[in-house]
Amino acid sequence: MYEILTGPMIWLSLSVFVIGMIVRAILYVRGLNWQLDRVAYRAHPKAGMKGAARSIIYWLIPFGTSSWQKQPVMAVIFFVFHIGAVCVPLFLLAHNMILKNIFGLAFPITLNLCIADILSWAVVLCAIALILRRIALPEVRILTTTYDYFIIFLAVAPFVTGLFARYQVGEAPFWYTMHLLCGELFLILAPFTKLSHITLFFMSRAQLGMDFGIKRGGLKGANITW
Amino acid sequence: MPEGTLCNRKPIQTEESLKTLLGDTSGTQYYKQMKELDVDQDLLWSTIQKTCKSRIRTWLEICAHCGMCAESCFLYLINDRDPKQVPAYKIQSTLGEMIKRKGRVDNDFMHMAMETAWAKCTCCNRCGMYCPNGIDMGVMMGYLRGLLYAQGFVPWELKIGAGMHRVYQAQMDVTNEDFVETCEWMAEEYEEDYVGLHFPVDKEGADILYTINAREVKHYPEDLAEAAILFHAAGEDWTITSKGWEQTSLAMFAGDWEACKIQVKSVYDAMERLKPKRMIGTECGHAHRATVVEGPYWAGREDGLPPVKCMHYVEWVAEALRTGKLIIDPDKRIKEPVTLQDSCNYVRNHGLKKITREIMSYMVEPGYFIDMSPNEEHNYCCGGGGGFNGIGLFRKERNKALITKRDQILNTGAKLVIAPCHNCWDAIRDLEEEYKIGIRWSFLKPLLVKMIKFPDHMQPKE
Repeated sequence: MYEILTGPMIWLSLSVFVIGMIVRAILYVRGLNWQLDRVAYRAHPKAGMKGAARSIIYWLIPFGTSSWQKQPVMAVIFFVFHIGAVCVPLFLLAHNMILKNIFGLAFPITLNLCIADILSWAVVLCAIALILRRIALPEVRILTTTYDYFIIFLAVAPFVTGLFARYQVGEAPFWYTMHLLCGELFLILAPFTKLSHITLFFMSRAQLGMDFGIKRGGLKGANITW
Repeated sequence: MPEGTLCNRKPIQTEESLKTLLGDTSGTQYYKQMKELDVDQDLLWSTIQKTCKSRIRTWLEICAHCGMCAESCFLYLINDRDPKQVPAYKIQSTLGEMIKRKGRVDNDFMHMAMETAWAKCTCCNRCGMYCPNGIDMGVMMGYLRGLLYAQGFVPWELKIGAGMHRVYQAQMDVTNEDFVETCEWMAEEYEEDYVGLHFPVDKEGADILYTINAREVKHYPEDLAEAAILFHAAGEDWTITSKGWEQTSLAMFAGDWEACKIQVKSVYDAMERLKPKRMIGTECGHAHRATVVEGPYWAGREDGLPPVKCMHYVEWVAEALRTGKLIIDPDKRIKEPVTLQDSCNYVRNHGLKKITREIMSYMVEPGYFIDMSPNEEHNYCCGGGGGFNGIGLFRKERNKALITKRDQILNTGAKLVIAPCHNCWDAIRDLEEEYKIGIRWSFLKPLLVKMIKFPDHMQPKE
C-alpha cells in the first residue's frame, strides 16, 4: 500500500491534477463568447489585460478590496487559510524530498519547520472557523450544502493527517498512509469539484476584470476601485 | 391551458396586440392566464444549452457559498437581512436550479423565478464587486430574465414595454412624427425667450447627434427644450434624427434580446445615415447602458463599440463647462446643501464617476456639495432600477427598496438631489411622495438653464 501511494499514485494524482486543471482552464477560455458574454475580449487586448490583472491582484492583497475591508474577520480567515493551504504542500521539506526522489528536482525554497507547523495548525483552525461561520450566520447557512462541507473535508484532511504523522501520534506508518491517501484524493478530485477554483478563481476574476476593463468603463479611462 | 391570449410565449409584434394587452388594466387577466401557462421545458433546456456557456456555468459552479455578497445587496439589507435576499441564494435557487433540473421546472417555479428576477434584483451589479470569485450575479439575473421572457413569465408592463420597442422603436407609443412635432412645438414655445432656438433635424455630418428618452416627448417636453437651449448656448453644431431617436430599452429590462437588437439598430442606422462626429444621449442611465455599453453586442459589433463615439449627457456637460462653451454665472451657483445620485448604469457600469463630480465643482458653491455614502461605483441603486419602478405587481417591494436611498439622502442633510438619470429621478420623486422627507430633485438641464450666462445673440430684444 505504502509503496503504491508513494510511487505510481503520486505520479497519477499529480498528473490528474495538473492535466485536469489545464483542461479546465482551456475549456473555460474556449467557452467564452464575446457576443453572449457581451465583452469584446479580442478587440481590446491591452485594456482587457489591464482589467484582468487589476481584478486578480487587488483581490490577492489582504484588505485590498472594499469587500475584504468590510468583512475583516472573514478576510483574515480566508487569507490565513489559503496561504497555509498553498504554501505548506508546495514548500514543505518532506514534500520536496519526495519530489526530488521521484522527479529528480524540487522547489528551491523550503519552509522552516516551525513556520510549517504554525501554518498547518492555522489551516486547521481556519477550517473550523469556516465551518462555524457556515452554521452561525444565517446568510451563509442558507447557501450551505453537504457538498460545501465535503470540500472543506477534502482540503483539510491532508493537514490533519499530516499533523498526526508529524507528531508521530499512534502508529506513524498509519498516519503517513492516511496522509498520502488524503493528499492524493485531493489532487485527483480537485479538477472535478469546486476545488477547481484553484484555477478557475483566476479565470473568473480575469474575465470580470476584462468586462470592466473593456466594456464597463475601462476604455473610458476609469479604473474600477475593487 | 398551454398559452393564453394575453399571456404567452409570443412577443408583441403589432400595434393591435399591443393595444389589446394595454386594455387589460393592471394586467389582471394577463396574470390570471400566467397561472395556467405551461413551461416549454424543451425550449428552456435547449436555450440554456445553446446560450449558457463557461462564464455563467463556472460562476454557478465555483460559488463558494461564502455569503460575502449578502451585505453588498441593498435589497438584502433593507428587507431585514432576509437570507432569501442573499444574491448568491437568489441566483442559485432560480437559474442554478433550472440548470440542475435540466429545464424540468413547473409553473410555480417560474412564478418564483419571475418574482426573484424582477422584485429581488435591480441588476445594479453591486454584488459583482464584492464577490472574491468575481461572480456578477446581476449579469446572471439579466440572463435569467431572458429565459423567463421567452417562456412568457414577465411582468405585464415589461411585456408591453418590449412590444413598444418592436412596434414603435420607442418605449412608448410615440411615433417619429410625434417626436419631430414635439420638438418643433418646443422651439416655438421657447424661441421668444431664447432667440434663434430651433431643432436641426436630420442634418448630415453634424458634430453632435442628440438622442433621447421617449418619456421626454410624452411627459416632459420641456426637457427637449432645455437640451436645445443648452446646445444653442454652447454654440454646438447639433442635430436630432427623425428616425432612431430613442435611446432607451425597456426590452433590456424585459430580457427580450431580439427587441433590444431592433431598438439599438434603429439608433445605429441613424448614426450611419447622418454620420455625426459623435452621439450624445440624454440624462438617462439605462438608455446609455442599452445603446452605448450593451448595444454593440446585440447589434453584432465585434469591437464592442457603437458606430460613432457616444457620450452620456454628463460627459458633454463637463466638457462644455470645462472648455467654457457654457459659462455659469458665479452668483447663481447652488448655495444650499446638495447631493448627487450616481446611476449604476453609467457610473458602476461605465466608469463615469469623476465626471459628475467635476460638474458639481462648477455648479455648486464650494462647501455645499455633500457626497452620499457609499458613492461612485460603490453607490446603492436608487431602488427603482432594472424596471422595478414600472412594475405595478411589485410596487410594495419597490417602495420598501426606496428606503435605502431615502436614508442615504437624509444622512447627507441635503435638500436638493441632482439625479442625471430618468430612473433614479423617478425613484427619488417616488420616495419623496411616499416618505415625505422634504427634498427636491432635479436633472442637470433645468438647473443649468437657470445658471448659465447666455450669449448676446440669444438674448431677447427689448
